[in-house]
Amino acid sequence: MSGVRVLAGTAKGAFVLSADGARKRWQVDGPFFGGWEVYHLKGAPAAPDRLYAAQWTAWHGQLIQRSDDGGRTWEPVGNLFTFDGHVGKHQWYDGSPRRWEFKRVWHLEPAPNDPDQVYAGVEDAALFRSSDGGQSWQELAGLRNHGTGPRWQPGAGGLCLHTILLDPHDSRRIIVAISAAGTFRTDDGGTTWRPINRGLRSDYLPDPDAEIGHCVHRIAAHPAAPDRLFMQKHWDVLRSDDGGAEWYEVSGNLPTDFGFVVEVHPHEPETVFVVPITSDSQHYPPGGQLRVYRSRSGGGEWEPLTRGLPQRDCYVNVLRDAMAVDSLEPCGVYFGTTGGQIYASADGGDSWAPIVRDLPRVYSVEVQTLR
Amino acid sequence: MIRVILPAHLRALARADHELQLEVDEPASVRRVLDALEAAYPPLRGTIRDPLTGSRRPFVRFFACGEDLSSRGPDEPLPAPVARGAEPLRIVGAIAGG
Repeated sequence: MSGVRVLAGTAKGAFVLSADGARKRWQVDGPFFGGWEVYHLKGAPAAPDRLYAAQWTAWHGQLIQRSDDGGRTWEPVGNLFTFDGHVGKHQWYDGSPRRWEFKRVWHLEPAPNDPDQVYAGVEDAALFRSSDGGQSWQELAGLRNHGTGPRWQPGAGGLCLHTILLDPHDSRRIIVAISAAGTFRTDDGGTTWRPINRGLRSDYLPDPDAEIGHCVHRIAAHPAAPDRLFMQKHWDVLRSDDGGAEWYEVSGNLPTDFGFVVEVHPHEPETVFVVPITSDSQHYPPGGQLRVYRSRSGGGEWEPLTRGLPQRDCYVNVLRDAMAVDSLEPCGVYFGTTGGQIYASADGGDSWAPIVRDLPRVYSVEVQTLR
Repeated sequence: MIRVILPAHLRALARADHELQLEVDEPASVRRVLDALEAAYPPLRGTIRDPLTGSRRPFVRFFACGEDLSSRGPDEPLPAPVARGAEPLRIVGAIAGG
């Protein structure tokens, strides 16, 4: 019997939402780590009952929790994130130099083939890896030190490394995204890195076509087509067909091309989902209508998906890590809002229903397909 | 024997009682109490003081005998009633948030 497990990180803890393959009746477990902020939790593809969670408060700092029973019980593991070698400085909002400082973990990405290997994207922007199930963490310092680091500046949410794409066919290739530095790629397992932002244009930069400085919100790729990347930038939805060497805009007929999430259909590499948000000064959907937009042509042409979503008086946001797709047939699509709703579609986005309506502010949504 | 009271979040994390009792070398100081606390409850490492510098986290305070000990040096001896176990050392999370 197949099923799904949705993992939600919120401002007041983590929640685990379970259903069978019909995805109609849900069991909600949690909050885990109640009262703590959980930016992200995610399961290991190679051992689905192995979960990692990033737990944080301003009072007590960062903890990493690990579960080996699908989220029923948790154990704290290592929480020491020490920059490797020369710490250096990035730029502050006003352009002044500021020493790199570990603040929190934004994203945890377990490796495709080894449940004990997991990557952590942190603020101030850096990439860490654990090879012992989260007990100890080592920085892949080549990213921070490849040369452009002293010019990185934080976005409104901080200088955060929020997206980690691991190539399932080539463990040496990793793509990460940093707000507001841009997108970076390694082809040697993290030793050497280079910016891959050609084609991105940001009018908030002195040079709109600069090599770095772009506020990339999210990147997604289909596992079977890892060179085809989709990006929701601060403004603009873009795509690359060559692993990020060149990007071009596919915002097309979207009502606004500002937003945070982007996801790719699990069975159709040309089908993409975004949630347009009015603007960077109005972080809510246009006209108070919450709409997912789907393109079946790899961008450019988009259709609004509205059935079951509030079409009036809705002023929530959908944050960058808060959308996920399962791999059932038809595929399920999930997203969480800053108003505490988690919406699910069991038919590829055609219709939607809330799993829960009153959670804390949702930071992240992941889903595991269990077979 | 030193008595220590933890804030609610750390009690839950340590799976500990409201009040803990710790054996601490004399003369007892905040540093020695925290060393003993972290050794007995490893998940608390990094939650009260920075794991690298040892400095107190900004929203954490140390109270005892009606006084705020937070600004004292970490190696200063604790007040005698705390050192002999008559009074607890209270580790407190500052009031903030929503």
